[in-house]
Amino acid sequence: MHSTTESFLKNFALLEHSLNGESELPLHQLRRRSLERFSALGFPTTRDEDWRFTNIAPLAATHFRPVLLPEPHSITPAQAAAIGYAGQSAHRLVFVNGHFAPGLSQLGEVGNGVAVGNLAAVIKADAGVVEQFIESLPATRPDPFAALNTAFLRDGAFISVPNGSIIQQPIHLLFIGAAPSEATVAHLRNLISVGANAQATIIEEYVSVGGGNPTFTNPVTQIAAGENATVNHYRIQHEQESGFHVGTFHATLERASTVNSITFTLGSAIVRNNTNAVLGGPGAHCTMDGVYLANGTQLVDNHTTLDHAAPNCTSHELYKGVLNDRGRGVFSGRIIVRQDAQKTDSKQSNRNLLLSDTAIIDSKPQLEIFADDVKCTHGATIGQLSDESLFYLRARGIGLAQARAILTYAFAEEVVEHIAIPELCDYLEALLNTRLEH
Amino acid sequence: MSQQPILEIRDLHASVEGKEILKGINLTVNPGEVHAIMGPNGSGKSTLAQVLAGHKAYEVTSGKALLRGNDLLELDPEERAREGVFLAFQYPVELPGVNSTYFLKAAVNAVRKHRGEEELDAADFLALVRQKMKVLDVGEALLRRSVNEGFSGGEKKRNEIFQMAVLEPTLAILDETDSGLDIDALRVVADGVNKLRSPENAMVLVTHYQRLLEYIVPDVVHVLYKGRIIKSGGKELALELEEHGYDWVKEHAEEVGVG
Ligand SMILES: Nc1ncnc2c1ncn2[C@@H]1O[C@H](COP(=O)(O)OP(=O)(O)OP(=O)(O)O)[C@@H](O)[C@H]1O
Ligand SMILES: [Mg+2]
Repeated sequence: MHSTTESFLKNFALLEHSLNGESELPLHQLRRRSLERFSALGFPTTRDEDWRFTNIAPLAATHFRPVLLPEPHSITPAQAAAIGYAGQSAHRLVFVNGHFAPGLSQLGEVGNGVAVGNLAAVIKADAGVVEQFIESLPATRPDPFAALNTAFLRDGAFISVPNGSIIQQPIHLLFIGAAPSEATVAHLRNLISVGANAQATIIEEYVSVGGGNPTFTNPVTQIAAGENATVNHYRIQHEQESGFHVGTFHATLERASTVNSITFTLGSAIVRNNTNAVLGGPGAHCTMDGVYLANGTQLVDNHTTLDHAAPNCTSHELYKGVLNDRGRGVFSGRIIVRQDAQKTDSKQSNRNLLLSDTAIIDSKPQLEIFADDVKCTHGATIGQLSDESLFYLRARGIGLAQARAILTYAFAEEVVEHIAIPELCDYLEALLNTRLEH
Repeated sequence: MSQQPILEIRDLHASVEGKEILKGINLTVNPGEVHAIMGPNGSGKSTLAQVLAGHKAYEVTSGKALLRGNDLLELDPEERAREGVFLAFQYPVELPGVNSTYFLKAAVNAVRKHRGEEELDAADFLALVRQKMKVLDVGEALLRRSVNEGFSGGEKKRNEIFQMAVLEPTLAILDETDSGLDIDALRVVADGVNKLRSPENAMVLVTHYQRLLEYIVPDVVHVLYKGRIIKSGGKELALELEEHGYDWVKEHAEEVGVG
């Protein structure tokens, strides 16, 4: 696989040039080690068990221009508001091709030691903090994409909510990909720590503007939830159809903390989401939900891991997929219950709606249980729209296409209603309906 | 205005899964009329209703059904609804996740668009819905719930009539809307239905009980038996059926050769 990784290795030299003095920092050694790791691993192929159903050859064969420094762009704040969530937020951080765009962002007031900003600025001020946070990401599995991300680490969001702080309004992170003249790649790194008894809600949204060239978005988001903290994390991916997206999410949960993660995947040609949570303190609770849509020849692969490493933790997982045309879905739900994790209560469910004969879903649970006093349930289903329900809607004058869209949205609604922000529910309802009525 | 029938059914045969259920139905419903269809279980009443609404499980093998002189059977179910046909289902389906307001608004606007009328915006729609809710004594909570999900049997029936009130059909077919309603609900629903009666529209009520017909007085009562209408008469026919059961009409049917 060497030839395909080569362009990234070449780009790394360009990156080093662009770093100036920053390449002297220990953080840069981390980049180098990660590049070596990526280079050793190479891009995965379908011979790798974890990538059996997801052939990323089209991604590996594409040359992407690295956007090493912020570049001028013509996106206006009104445009940014029109392509993304425009509801109320405490802060809105907008990034274009991997770099912070201050002109499009609105930072609200921060007090009580709350930090909300972009990673590049934090690296300048205190690279050690960033390095430490990144090192805390466990390399449970050889993951070339996370390694590639760290190798090209430049910018992203940095959020730190100190103990006891409660941020009521959501923090909205909007990542815009633009590839007007050639394919581009963005390796975003988002570092979010929410302290003991603190609360925050993050909306992480990926969109595209203009230009038909593919974008490759390769973000890694890390969340550290302190004791008794509550973090809601809503990820919404609706990039252009020719794009590639490999998103890694990793949450660590301390004692009695709660992380609610919901992932909506609507765009791009190939999407792989690696969504992981480690329940590391007793009494922690994690919900991990997702909705994925594959139309045309789209492929959406969700690999999730819920790692129960402490006793008395609960996890609820609900992933719902809608596969249409020649769309393909992959769901792999791994649940690990470690020896100490007695009284674990874990529920996993993957439900799929197949709207055409040519759509495909590959679904597999992976349970690795090393404790004896645990409750783990899992189930996967595949279904079609009910003829009786369709007839009921049509008998009221609603056309077939709209009736199908209504029932398909209804299928996904179970997840949407888990979102605690009504405005965001409405936004997602509109977003899903637009996709479904096509 | 010429007295063109709203519904005209001629020698209609229909089968399900290859088995003939309707064996030659003839029925003419004129504007302003209410027709009641009675008959024993399994005689084909719901089949007739579903055939008129366009359910694809029921295959029409011969005969005609005309809506204001136009072929009804060639239309898709949604086109029939937009043309003014409304079926209040005997067993309304539950639609978890389908918001009632969204559903009703989509239905109203589909019908309006078809008629060349402007679609209602959120405010106008809400005003319309509120007015109809008052007539049928339906609570606003219903609008926030998923369509029919977790509704009691009676609530489902009342919801059907509420939808009918909002959509103002030309031809309403009510399939056992009275079954499962308590006495008060029956009165409310019947009052609502009566308010919707006009010289321009028509109704077909499928029922097992004379009681409904005390509230909604029919012009004609038909007895459907083994896929055919074997007897038609005035409202007093319902009373006679209540008194004697179906046996005496069945005997009559054997004489004319049904069965
Ligand atoms: N979808 C179907 N599949 C198979 N058989 C059906 C179907 N629908 C109706 N039938 C059969 O057709 C016959 C007539 O049924 P229908 O529901 O029309 O009766 P009905 O007069 O409405 O009875 P009831 O008074 O019990 O509601 C019955 O024998 C029934 O089992
Ligand atoms: Mg019936």
